[in-house]
Amino acid sequence: MFRPLALAAILATLGITSPVLADDDYMPPVRHGATAKECGECHMAFQPALLPAGAWHRLMAGLDDHFGENASLPPETAADIEAYLVAGARRRGDPEVIRITEQRWWRHEHDFSPQRLARAGAAGPSDCLACHKGAEQGYYEDD
Amino acid sequence: MTRLLLSGLGAALLVLATAPLMPSGAHAAGGDDARADLLARYAAEAGADFPGFSAERGRALFMGPHAGGKPETPACATCHTPDPRAMGRHYRTGRDILPMAVSANPDRFTDTADVEKRFGRDCPNVLGRACTPLEKGDFITYLSGE
Ligand code: HEC
Ligand code: HEC
Ligand code: HEC
Repeated sequence: MFRPLALAAILATLGITSPVLADDDYMPPVRHGATAKECGECHMAFQPALLPAGAWHRLMAGLDDHFGENASLPPETAADIEAYLVAGARRRGDPEVIRITEQRWWRHEHDFSPQRLARAGAAGPSDCLACHKGAEQGYYEDD
Repeated sequence: MTRLLLSGLGAALLVLATAPLMPSGAHAAGGDDARADLLARYAAEAGADFPGFSAERGRALFMGPHAGGKPETPACATCHTPDPRAMGRHYRTGRDILPMAVSANPDRFTDTADVEKRFGRDCPNVLGRACTPLEKGDFITYLSGE
């Protein structure tokens, strides 16, 4: 009956993130206003724990050409968001790779065909919400 | 007295809890004023021979098709859908976009910074250039009447 997920949720409510539960099925949701607003416009606001600090730095340095989109922000807003993302960043991962979906851990969890993406109605691999309905709340265990 | 204090505290907590996610000025009550201010600003920017805003021109801008921008996005309607009262969908990410019609979403066009930011991003994608003040006013006029 004891579920690590439930415990993680309780700990998160208390503002505690436990390294013991660095399991990938729950990640604290984005609770930072500017990040939720500015990074949640064109896609869901991805949780800080989805990329390592180095990758967040790189990504935030290139907002004017963000995967072909202009996502640039006033410098103060960008710095505020970057600080939040970096503070909660994933401990491991490739700092050169700014796509979550190209990080090794992610590819290890996801090995699906284009047909599977289409069946889920996903716009692409980065459309987490198509498969993980609770993604914005931090839940990734369902499929 | 205690009750007053408690309800005050409750309200303060509510404000604290919701404030970070609420675009400033986007309260439905003050929405019409904020939109009118924005239109007045675009009218002033449009210059001396300003012909007045036109919902019809705004509709044409919204529906497209336009050349000059990205081939994947020939119209505002590509993401905002041809029915401005309906939910839109970002064509690349699948993200839901709240309706653009003011009747369906009274918060629309009430936060100048947000509106300017998105005109700045979306017009080049669709038209290959910035929107003029006249086009911005036409667009808002069309969607205010939908
Ligand atoms: C103007 C629209 C827009 C805004 C604003 C925006 N993004 Fe993106 N973002 C995109 C698009 C488009 C993609 C690419 C989607 C795809 O091809 O999978 C993307 C992809 C990403 C990815 C990679 C997803 C993957 O494939 O793993 C990350 C991470 C990301 N964005 C973070 C952010 C952050 C952080 C912010 C806020 C500073 C932000 N985005 C703001 C449009 C935007
Ligand atoms: C096409 C559907 C699909 C898409 C899109 C998708 N996932 Fe998944 N994801 C799955 C499936 C299936 C699993 C493995 C089964 C499971 O654990 O639920 C999984 C597993 C995971 C896990 C591990 C969960 C655990 O229990 O440890 C994480 C974390 C995760 N996904 C995050 C993401 C993120 C972040 C995105 C978007 C960038 C994303 N997923 C996009 C289907 C998808
Ligand atoms: C690639 C997808 C896409 C296209 C194409 C697009 N938009 Fe947008 N637009 C968005 C997203 C995403 C938002 C932000 C989410 C929101 O405001 O609900 C947005 C918001 C806006 C806003 C902000 C409204 C407000 O109340 O803050 C304006 C103005 C706007 N778009 C104008 C346009 C115009 C004009 C065009 C056509 C020239 C256009 N858009 C085409 C995706 C798009």
